[in-house]
Amino acid sequence: MSPSSFPGGLERKSTSRPAEIPVRITVNGQEHRLAIAPWTTLLDVLRDHLDLTGTKKGCDHGQCGACTVLVDGRRIVSCLTLAVIKDGAEVTTVEGLATNGVLHPVQQAFIDHDAFQCGYCTPGQICSSVALIAEGKATTADEIRELMSGNICRCGAYTNIVAAIQQAMASMDGKP
Amino acid sequence: MIDFDYARASDIPDAIRQIAADPNAKLIAGGTNLVDLMKYEVVNPTRLIDITHLPLNTIEETASGGLRIGALMPNSDLAYHPLIEKRYPLVSSAILAGASQQLRNMASTGGNLMQRTRCFYFYDIATPCNKRVPGSGCSAINGINRINAILGTSESCIATHPSDLCIALAALDATVHVAGPAGERVIAFTDFHRLPGDTPQIDTNLAPDEIIVAIELPPRGFPENYSYLKIRDRLSYAFALVSVAAAMEIERGRIRDVRIALGGVAHKPWRKVEAEAALRGEAPERKAFTRAAGILLQDAKGYTHNAFKIELARRAIERTLTQAANGTPQMQAIKKIR
Repeated sequence: MSPSSFPGGLERKSTSRPAEIPVRITVNGQEHRLAIAPWTTLLDVLRDHLDLTGTKKGCDHGQCGACTVLVDGRRIVSCLTLAVIKDGAEVTTVEGLATNGVLHPVQQAFIDHDAFQCGYCTPGQICSSVALIAEGKATTADEIRELMSGNICRCGAYTNIVAAIQQAMASMDGKP
Repeated sequence: MIDFDYARASDIPDAIRQIAADPNAKLIAGGTNLVDLMKYEVVNPTRLIDITHLPLNTIEETASGGLRIGALMPNSDLAYHPLIEKRYPLVSSAILAGASQQLRNMASTGGNLMQRTRCFYFYDIATPCNKRVPGSGCSAINGINRINAILGTSESCIATHPSDLCIALAALDATVHVAGPAGERVIAFTDFHRLPGDTPQIDTNLAPDEIIVAIELPPRGFPENYSYLKIRDRLSYAFALVSVAAAMEIERGRIRDVRIALGGVAHKPWRKVEAEAALRGEAPERKAFTRAAGILLQDAKGYTHNAFKIELARRAIERTLTQAANGTPQMQAIKKIR
């Protein structure tokens, strides 16, 4: 069976490309006005259009959490988020967490506790942790582990990640 | 992903007009499943209609004492809503058993009902799948079918519905409010999803030109005696092999009313009123729970790799009913099963 006739949707439609859509997105406090194709994910906007490569592309299917960013204060996976749908949104990435050169308490805690090995999942882990603390639903180590389960670490730094979050949580007293 | 056009719906009638006008269009809300399916080219809409701006993200008390949940209410907001936590903790527990906090923040209540199966072959466009391409065959029946269904299967399809929330909503007799060109109608939750039969490409009884606007919960939420137990291959962030939603009312040592719904075992949330009838009036004890489990599973059929689910489901049903009867619901953060 030739690929073009296989009954699975492999055949690409040769329609003319839809128009690019104007989108306004504020990232780490800076407003950007872009014209993007509707299939562009927020992850690709951050990395390819805005050159903010701190946010990582891991699985690109919402299974690993490496692309976690905050949109309007809530953690989401940017790989499954179409940027056109987030017109007008405020996005915070790992690049936007430090203030005046001082690391965010979660970033400092990850360093203090050696909460990473290769570091690839770390920006997602840190953004997710910042949101977890703001949500205020986790207090025990069990609850932290459960509510961080969307962030996979293939190096297996989980023990130190939990310790880092506990330190940050204590130093921030539950405040974002 | 295949190129597509993008449009925003300005209000509910506009969304209905747009979806009715284009059979190749899809509505998009959270997008957690649809965007993934589009990346794999399993679903290839030529147009996405963005409904995220519609005013459907509220929870309101109904005149009858229930709750009406807007279809765009994010899963996380629903799980943590004070009225849900207090009156329908089974709903909270089921939501928090599924996905990750990031996905729950994105996913909508209506979208949760509309998510597609996670059958490996449905996702793999290099293989036949009757749900993806009607008439092409089912690769799971004689393939890797550990995660597939044991109840209500057909020769065309042995896929399961992946939702946790839907299992709780089925147990609680929720209703689905949908709107289409002819106006609004109400669908009983257990009638919303379909069994595969010989048309497994159709997951639900929602018409192609209809949109879910709300889910309604009836007044009784069983807040005292309930449990949602989910058994899976890892302890968090995985789909169910078997899950059980149980809710009970106990009066003077006897079961006055009970609900049991199963997830991970069928093409839709699995309820059997005969099993519930067999428990009414009985003492909430293991012997009765075993009998109810037998009724729920009496037509179960295992395939090459999933026959273990039949015994697993029997034990999970007994355990979940015991947890509900004892008022010790399964906690989703603490993995110990009591």
